Amino acid sequence: MKLAIKMAYRNLVGAGLRTWLNVIVLSFSFLVIIWMKGIITGWNHQAKVDMTNWEIGEGQYWQEGYDPHDPFTFTDSHAPVPEEFLGEIERGDMEPSLIAQGTIYPQGRLQSVMIRGIDPKQTIFMLPSYKLDTLVTGAIPSIIGSGMAKNLKVNVGDRVMVQWRDADGTFDASEIFITEIFTVSVPAVDQGQIYLSLDTLRSMLGLEGEATTLTYNNSEVTRPAVEGWVHKSKTELTSAVDELIKVKTAGTSILYIILITLAMLAIFDTQVLSIFRRQKEIGTYIALGYTRRQVVGLFTVEGTMYAVLAALLSAAYGLPFLAWQAKVGWTMPVDASEFGMAIAQTLYPVYSAGLVIGTVLIITTVTALVSYWPSRRIAKMNPTEALRGKIQ
Amino acid sequence: MLAAAAMLTLQIQGQDPDDILKRVERNMSSENRVFESTMTINGAHRSRTITSRTYAEGYTKSFTEYLSPAREQGTKMLKLGNQLWIYSPSTDRIIQISGHMLRQSVMGSDLSYEDMMDDRKLTELYTAALGGDEVIGGRKTWILDLTAKVSDVSYHSMKMWVDTERYVPLKEELFGSSGQLLKRTTFEEVEQIAGRWFPMKLTYKDVLKSGDGTEFTITSVQFNQKIPDYIFTKAALKQ
Repeated sequence: MKLAIKMAYRNLVGAGLRTWLNVIVLSFSFLVIIWMKGIITGWNHQAKVDMTNWEIGEGQYWQEGYDPHDPFTFTDSHAPVPEEFLGEIERGDMEPSLIAQGTIYPQGRLQSVMIRGIDPKQTIFMLPSYKLDTLVTGAIPSIIGSGMAKNLKVNVGDRVMVQWRDADGTFDASEIFITEIFTVSVPAVDQGQIYLSLDTLRSMLGLEGEATTLTYNNSEVTRPAVEGWVHKSKTELTSAVDELIKVKTAGTSILYIILITLAMLAIFDTQVLSIFRRQKEIGTYIALGYTRRQVVGLFTVEGTMYAVLAALLSAAYGLPFLAWQAKVGWTMPVDASEFGMAIAQTLYPVYSAGLVIGTVLIITTVTALVSYWPSRRIAKMNPTEALRGKIQ
Repeated sequence: MLAAAAMLTLQIQGQDPDDILKRVERNMSSENRVFESTMTINGAHRSRTITSRTYAEGYTKSFTEYLSPAREQGTKMLKLGNQLWIYSPSTDRIIQISGHMLRQSVMGSDLSYEDMMDDRKLTELYTAALGGDEVIGGRKTWILDLTAKVSDVSYHSMKMWVDTERYVPLKEELFGSSGQLLKRTTFEEVEQIAGRWFPMKLTYKDVLKSGDGTEFTITSVQFNQKIPDYIFTKAALKQ
């Protein structure tokens, strides 16, 4: 085997440009596949981290009627905060949020909006909720996301009219004052949402002490089941991201297949050509006592070595590139906020050892198979004819 | 001068505001009605007119079919109690309007679907008080201040300018719980139809929204007609 590797290496290096063209194409495939997989892993990681920080914490309790995908449920999705959780809320380890529907009138236009009440002193979400404590005359302090601000065409310091219905269905309206605009990559936190102080919203709706969701920051704590509230673990709340990543992974796999196929086509052709041109050499090996299997093995090792050399080459120029990408990230050329999913404008690839080793192993195995395939012809060759260089 | 003012106050005081409201309702409501109307929506940049035919039974049931323009033709709306469905011929689908969709405006007008959902009499919802008098369009009116006497009401208070002779409102203002003015309606072209005074032109204005409001003109109206029961069914939407 050692001899086969040594000979394969010499043959490859001796082939010069033909070898290096194959190696370069294959190394490019290595790099692109690892980078793309890294981007998707990074997106998955970033989406879950952002959702944790901005929307779901480490898990939530939903009032039993609440379904964020069904606007029919919003009006009645509120209930008094269960006594079992009051201690945790007091310590700041759980945050109640109240959700109501309303209408906002930016520049006299009419637009539906979700009004969310949060405690200005909360620390579970990264929302700049402390800005809700701003003293404003004749208006309700409010914070909104940058996507919503762009949509409404408002800036910090602007006043906009908001109309809502209280728990009894009675209309009321007031101006809100935009005290802060935050940037977030989670659309559910930004698009169509305005944030007011929890106490203010409770008083506007006549729902003192009530909430729609309860978000906690520690999943290790054992909590009792509470009637009227449904527990949602972080895994459940991020399952949409997992589904999306699964679909995206399947989609990008097509690109991997194209890249690998191109590289394998080049290796296959090289192998066929090599076997055709080196028939005398094959005959000589057999005359020297090599079994047919050993000759097939030699050519297979030679082909597989493209993958090894490609891995080394891609490590040489790819590692600095991948490291640089992990640092600066990849900024998407289109506006990610309009994608409707938790995706940051700049994605930072995450490479795991499993990802790199797995990719190298898969490509090397495929290369070995592709190298072996044309080499099987050797087993059918007549050694005497081969030695004479007769085309078979 | 003072004597005239005192006389007027006495005259106003002599009126029972609840009785005025009842007489207004007698004019404005009917067991059922069929009417054709045009709705002109005056937006910030342009105006457009929509014509429709409506069948209504009391306050709880109504069926509207849009007749023009071509874009809206065939669109139908059915209201039964607190439920509302819309049929769109372009998609051939019936959708129920609920939740946040109720807050959307009807065909871009100053009326929201929610505004169409109130189905109780004013006398059941509000306590009336006389707040003064005013002349509107040359007609003498009493100003009724209506304050909600039940909690589940859309508007906490209303101000209604009622024609002192014909007992029809000539203007209405609707207020939120905080006293914020939300909607204003003016009533014009009052005609006597089948023994009742009825305004044929209404202008709705969502005061929070820009634009000149939505004009609603009734081109023909028939009261107390026999409306077939199938009209107020979801099946009628697709017919």
